[in-house]
Amino acid sequence: MSALVSVRNLTRIFDVSKPWLNRLIERLPRALLKAVHDVSFEIEEKTIYGLVGESGSGKSTIGKMIVGLLPPTDGSVEVGGVNLFTEADPARVAKTRSDIQMIFQDPYASLNPRWRVRAIIEEPVTVLGGDTGGLAERLLEQVGLSASDAGKYPHEFSGGQRQRICVARALASKPKLLVCDEPTSALDVSVQAQVLNLMSDLQEELGLTYLLISHDLTVVQHMATKVGVLYLGRLVEEAPREDLFTSPKHPYTRMLLEAAPRLDGFGRQVDPPRGEIPDPINPPSGCAFHPRCPLAVDRCKSEPPQMRDIGQTRVACHMA
Amino acid sequence: MAERVLRVADLTVEIPTRHAVLRPVDQVGFDIAAGEVLGVVGESGAGKSMTGNAVIGLLDPPARITGGQITLHGERIDNLPADQMRRIRGNEIGMVFQDPLTSLNPLLTVREQLTETILQHLPVSKAEAEARALAGLEEVGIPAAARRLDAYPHQFSGGMRQRVVIALALCAEPSLIIADEPTTALDVSVQAQIIALLKRLCRERGTAVMLITHDMGVIAEAADRVAVMYAGRLAELGDVRDVLTNPAHPYTAGLMASTPLAAQGHHRLNQIPGTMPRLDAIPDGCAFNPRCPRVADKCRKEPRPRVEEGDRASCWFPLQEAVA
Repeated sequence: MSALVSVRNLTRIFDVSKPWLNRLIERLPRALLKAVHDVSFEIEEKTIYGLVGESGSGKSTIGKMIVGLLPPTDGSVEVGGVNLFTEADPARVAKTRSDIQMIFQDPYASLNPRWRVRAIIEEPVTVLGGDTGGLAERLLEQVGLSASDAGKYPHEFSGGQRQRICVARALASKPKLLVCDEPTSALDVSVQAQVLNLMSDLQEELGLTYLLISHDLTVVQHMATKVGVLYLGRLVEEAPREDLFTSPKHPYTRMLLEAAPRLDGFGRQVDPPRGEIPDPINPPSGCAFHPRCPLAVDRCKSEPPQMRDIGQTRVACHMA
Repeated sequence: MAERVLRVADLTVEIPTRHAVLRPVDQVGFDIAAGEVLGVVGESGAGKSMTGNAVIGLLDPPARITGGQITLHGERIDNLPADQMRRIRGNEIGMVFQDPLTSLNPLLTVREQLTETILQHLPVSKAEAEARALAGLEEVGIPAAARRLDAYPHQFSGGMRQRVVIALALCAEPSLIIADEPTTALDVSVQAQIIALLKRLCRERGTAVMLITHDMGVIAEAADRVAVMYAGRLAELGDVRDVLTNPAHPYTAGLMASTPLAAQGHHRLNQIPGTMPRLDAIPDGCAFNPRCPRVADKCRKEPRPRVEEGDRASCWFPLQEAVA
């Protein structure tokens, strides 16, 4: 199998400083937020790569850089061998762009309320001047809605149905890669089940590759082939699903798995995790997780751990 | 059995509209004992928050209670005038809402908000109130509480803010806390901390907790008993272990099977076909009948059976026999 997406040493820094006059008067330094820090991973063709992390871990920023919505500060993203930001041939850029589509979290915010469903679904094809005859109707049926829905407006649909419309739109340009940023976080469990089932069916039918970004470990555990865990913009562990959920190597992954509520956790007495996610503008020295880590030693405070291979797992921890 | 703190019987809330009278809460009944956590679970629109708001007397007009009774320590509170209800709210019932930032006043320090609330509810001096404020913050696990007292809400992180809100809810030592989605806005690791905190306070102080959430995992870990709501009605009520492992109502069963946690190892999740009915189109008979795999003629015609003592599920054909 070959890699469809390869992310190399990806870094993104946001300037979150106050305006220059405030800085001058209040004598503040420039504030730089390293949202993504030296992240590398590959996504094999026709697999689902799950990216998990808590808020501020940089998972959405990585998603945006992969689809080309945000330029990286450093490092590169290649999708099908093309780097969208450096590729000189406009035809290859256009081709690659239509190979990548995105599904967003909030189906209420990501559909234009003034457009009919047909126009929404056909847009990725119309912008490239493609043929849209019967396309919307066919896609609507593929995602489990009816062809007659094409003439309706988004407000006529429930949350789950809207997310199906988002999926139909994402499929319109026959993409290879779907970047799904929290696709079911805004939905109820029973509706979430419908959308997740639809996503797995389509993946098998059409041979799609997904990057599934989620804070919900259960969704990732259900869907993903391989999982990457982010903490404060750094990839701390990456492993095939079974390995990650049965024998997590990084103490942060263990903490996350332990903290997640379990359906059979009746009266479970857990030691809740220590501390909170630190300020990303001034992250801790060395390993960013050391202030909360039960295994931390002096070395963790000074030396940032490098990614190491342990079996199928890649982990960035001195103690693993 | 511990003392019964809250009893809700046949509670009905109606919203009159131009076209019809909507019934977001329809003859719901349950009780909560001291030191017990009752989980109220359901999908959006099931009426769980509306039930909580009815109990604390914070229904937004035109929604109003049109039937049933709410009793706190044996005394009716659903028909009290507004000024008496105000005293009960905070003194007897504490509240924790989903979004900690909007439940705190951004212009006042945490010290001001806590002492103001304590002085409002308890006959103590200002100095005594400040001492209690500090003790409150320490109890909910805010590090360096003395220093943090003079901070403003925006200077706290989300999890710390929710702790402040819990300290506020507890400061007048209420016997009942209503927590409406208290961890939904928080990250997993912080969620675990807040749930552990709620459980500890409930155990140590004997406070009754009504925990409203859509997350079955949170219910499993935190609740002693669980009430499952669907379309404004109680679908199932019982011991959390029984309800979650051997659901009696087909809706509960469907809900459990559609969570990815329960479906581990299976390729597909169970789907409940369709969606929850809108309030103006609740079907006759059992509200769940159009989506139910076990539906029979009786379910479409006869009004649903209600959850009574001993009967766990509001269903004509429950999956489990009632446990006596």
